[in-house]
Amino acid sequence: MNHQELIPHLFRTEYRKIVSVLGKHFGFDQLETAEDIASDTFLTATQSWGLSGVPVNPTAWLYNVAKNKARNYLQRRNLFENKIAQELVNRIGETDSEVDLSPQNINDSQLQMMFSICHPALPTEAQIGLSLRILCGFGIEEIADAFLTNKETINKRLFRAKEKLREERIKIELPADAEIEERLETVLTTIYLLFNEGYYSVSQDKTHRKELCLEAMRLCTMLVENKSTNLPQVNALLSLMCFHASRFDARIDANGQLVLYEEQDINRWNPDLISKGGYFLNCASSGDKISRYHLEAGIAYWNTQKSDTKEKWENILQLYNRLLQIEYSPVAALNRTYALSKANGKEEAIAEAEKLELQDNHFYYVLLGELYSEIDTAKAKSHFAKALSLAKTSTVRQAIQRRMDKL
Amino acid sequence: MEEYVLLMRLDILTKDAQPSPEQMQVYMKQYHDWVGGIAAQNRFVGGTGLSTEGKVFKANNIITDGPYAELKESLAGFITVKAMNFDEAAAFARTCPILHGVGNTVEIRKIVSVHEKGK
Repeated sequence: MNHQELIPHLFRTEYRKIVSVLGKHFGFDQLETAEDIASDTFLTATQSWGLSGVPVNPTAWLYNVAKNKARNYLQRRNLFENKIAQELVNRIGETDSEVDLSPQNINDSQLQMMFSICHPALPTEAQIGLSLRILCGFGIEEIADAFLTNKETINKRLFRAKEKLREERIKIELPADAEIEERLETVLTTIYLLFNEGYYSVSQDKTHRKELCLEAMRLCTMLVENKSTNLPQVNALLSLMCFHASRFDARIDANGQLVLYEEQDINRWNPDLISKGGYFLNCASSGDKISRYHLEAGIAYWNTQKSDTKEKWENILQLYNRLLQIEYSPVAALNRTYALSKANGKEEAIAEAEKLELQDNHFYYVLLGELYSEIDTAKAKSHFAKALSLAKTSTVRQAIQRRMDKL
Repeated sequence: MEEYVLLMRLDILTKDAQPSPEQMQVYMKQYHDWVGGIAAQNRFVGGTGLSTEGKVFKANNIITDGPYAELKESLAGFITVKAMNFDEAAAFARTCPILHGVGNTVEIRKIVSVHEKGK
């Protein structure tokens, strides 16, 4: 790898580590400084490696430069405080000017940063934005793309989020053991949203979307690797994401168009990710609590079995029955009704579908079209047409059109 | 939106009245599909099945075994649902699969003091 390829790669993996450690060292008061020093480190690398070549150990080189920059900054700050306010004299040296970039501290700092950023005091959008910026090293423009908005909005959102972190005096630390499960929920929600942002986003940029998914899985892996956060629901979420991600390449064609599940080429499903999903689902089955992630991972597992067996659909139906009791969502209600048609027959499913009251949802009409497709072609057509008129993106419209043409 | 409790009563004690394991599986599926249908309409609030053991406390410190006040009227489970009105809640109750069994009952009662949670 030459330095032009290496630096973006290292930025993805090392930026967050440097920011987490420096952020932890300085506190949220100077999170921007931590970000500046980390960015500056990569700028220095770009200049220096371009001139004199890539060092033998690039990561160690980066840590060293970051450490020096942090030391210079802390010394300057101490000097400044010393000169303008003599009474602060005895505070000098209070902040250790040596930054600890050992693997242990990097790992701890990142985990602590994750919990702080996903603090319940912050709105969800801000949590995801900050996670993308600080834990995934995304640029403002990339975040704006992910949220389908502009740089200005994201800048404002991140600015307000950081202000809030300071106002609430949120510390960069792991919650106490008794609190971890509760706080973990917000962290897991953020990770799952991050994943979905990549998986379901309407953005056309496939590589970019895949990266969002991989980042979410990486953050979840960190939680699994840490003893105090390696809990069943964390493993369940990781399993769920592995199962979903196994179809990533199959569900989007070369032109960036969505390929419906039924039309996917099984050979393009990733067997490694499917078996990883199975492994983490196994790890998730210790303990006696069943989270929504367990149920969703179970459903995702059955979806990796392409053959249309009675057993498959009965299992999916029962998992949806339980999932909906824990957490209702229109998508789950629609999918449950589809599973019902496969397990109990179309008539029963049509009767149940008509009770759903989701008339503003285009997937509702896709479902009805599907249910009527072999019973009443005219009705099926009119439902698909209604879906077509409600669909918001061209990708979805094209998929519906293709389905209609097959009637 | 109002909330109603659906109390499901059946004889869970008389040996002869108990289903075989295979029958039980069929009943459980029917029951789960019924609850799932309510949840799919976003009308499920909470509730669960109950164990067959229990004790009944009466006045004068009398305690009897069993989850029943009267035989054949053991509380087998309950669920709480959201409904616009009594009729809608009654429609959920009417479709409860335990009513396939003769003698079984579903009692429906409105919860009178629901705390207003921003809906």
